[in-house]
Amino acid sequence: MVDKVLKMDAKNLNFYYGDFRALTDISLEFYSNQVTALIGPSGCGKSTLLRCLNRMNDLIPYSRAEGEIRLDGENIYDAGVDVVTLRRRVGMVFQKPNPFPKSIFENIAYGLRVNGIKDREFIESRVEECLKQSALWEEVRERLNESALGLSGGQQQRLCIARAMAVEPEVLLMDEPCSALDPIATQKIEELIGQLKVAYTIIIVTHNMQQAARVSDVTGFFYLGQLIETGETQGLFTRPKLQQTEDYITGRFG
Amino acid sequence: MSMGPESLKDEPMQGSDAKTEMNETITEKINEETMSFIGQVRGRKRKMAEVFSLGAHIGRRKILQGLIFSLFKIAAVINGMALVVIVYFLLAKGWRAITWTFLTQAPRDSMTKGGILPCIVGTVVLSLGAIAVALPIGVASAVYLNEYARPGKVIRIIRLGINNLAGVPSVVFGLFGLAFFVVYLKMGVSILAGSLTLGAMTLPVIIGSAEEALRTVPDTYREASLGLGATKWQTIYRVVLPAALPGILTGAILGISRAAGETAPIMFTAAVFFTPTLPDSVFDEIMALPYHIYVLATAGTDIEATRHLQYGTALVLIVLVFGLNLVAVIYRSRLRKRL
Repeated sequence: MVDKVLKMDAKNLNFYYGDFRALTDISLEFYSNQVTALIGPSGCGKSTLLRCLNRMNDLIPYSRAEGEIRLDGENIYDAGVDVVTLRRRVGMVFQKPNPFPKSIFENIAYGLRVNGIKDREFIESRVEECLKQSALWEEVRERLNESALGLSGGQQQRLCIARAMAVEPEVLLMDEPCSALDPIATQKIEELIGQLKVAYTIIIVTHNMQQAARVSDVTGFFYLGQLIETGETQGLFTRPKLQQTEDYITGRFG
Repeated sequence: MSMGPESLKDEPMQGSDAKTEMNETITEKINEETMSFIGQVRGRKRKMAEVFSLGAHIGRRKILQGLIFSLFKIAAVINGMALVVIVYFLLAKGWRAITWTFLTQAPRDSMTKGGILPCIVGTVVLSLGAIAVALPIGVASAVYLNEYARPGKVIRIIRLGINNLAGVPSVVFGLFGLAFFVVYLKMGVSILAGSLTLGAMTLPVIIGSAEEALRTVPDTYREASLGLGATKWQTIYRVVLPAALPGILTGAILGISRAAGETAPIMFTAAVFFTPTLPDSVFDEIMALPYHIYVLATAGTDIEATRHLQYGTALVLIVLVFGLNLVAVIYRSRLRKRL
């Protein structure tokens, strides 16, 4: 058993949208080279937590966080933290595929360009690399200069994953990445996640419990802003410790 | 109801004839009720069939619908007709004036002969000047209002200011330009003063359409960009503005069209009745098409003699404005296709 390295963790995190308390006292650890799934019914705060991890919630007015979230031991909510760098190190894939209205090539090159990379050859090789990692290279190699909006939903999502990987993040956040996709595309992306976890720390929010069971190593169950139970995926799904967890997993509510 | 005569029949005959008679009466009554019930149902069914049948009432509804659509069509046609009438009128009265001389030479003999070249040049220069002033300031304002400003008192005051600016009459703009640019800033009657005045007038149009264009850019693009570690400015510069470009360009077209045809703002600030040479600096005075029409029609030395020239000038102005619109519309649709 490889020694687990703690990559990110939340400590006593409370999060508010205005006066509404979306997260209550969350403490959770994320280890590298494994997939952590966050499950729970709608409105339970799992997406909110995910968006806190790369401070995307900063964009929402009147929101605030109390408590700590640490990346490699450093609190990301500290005063001196450069959010731009944080977001390069902690990448995100969104629920609905959102490629830029640019060519396929430019979509992936975007992250590199905004980080100051100008070397054309380097960009070209990196684009190819990322597309290969995303299992998209063979499908698009002939049409890199065509608009990304012409791809199918599943291809677009794989493009977004490739785009996120281009800047070499350490952590990859995925917010229900398959919810807008058909089963075949979903399967391809789940395979991809399985391959990616070797190099990244992946945290995935999903509505689909079977997906969480298929794809993740560790699962956290949320309900109404609280972390109810967390543990190794197989154990959580077969022998949940709390009645509430069991009720959700067996579908008694959701 | 199925308990009819059958069950009564099946029961063994009991009792007297009086009982039998009573039974028969009941049977009759039940039959009656059944029949009348069945009759009612049949009647209702017939009525429903009438209402829903393909033939009934359709005629009346179709006529009404057709009438209303015709009214809409008439309204649209009137719209188009107005334009056609204006152009036809101008063409009919002014075509005689359109000659090569007219378009390429300066006026002579107190405007009764010669051409309007300096006016064409002047209008083009002023329009471009107005856009050069209004577009950068307008787009920058729109970006600030839409992307950076937080909802609150400041932003509301700014918007109030913009809306009021849009309502200021053009002649007031002219006087403002005269007082501020021409006199106070000592620019004199010049292209510079005229462009600045026209630019100020076009500003609300540019800001309005630029903001609209920025609003239609989906937030998902901004999120994706920020999520990759781009700064806010990089996001705006590399993703949001390019995506909003068609809309901003539309606003620029509208702005140019407005600027090209305005008379009052340039009357006091840039345009003069006559200048012997084409301008060679921004501090020069110029002639302009709308002002030329005004002068010829009201204060010229021989109004009747120049009548055809007036219509010719108006025709040229309309063609110029249409031409500008067309160029920008083509450009905008080409941009859209590229995406």
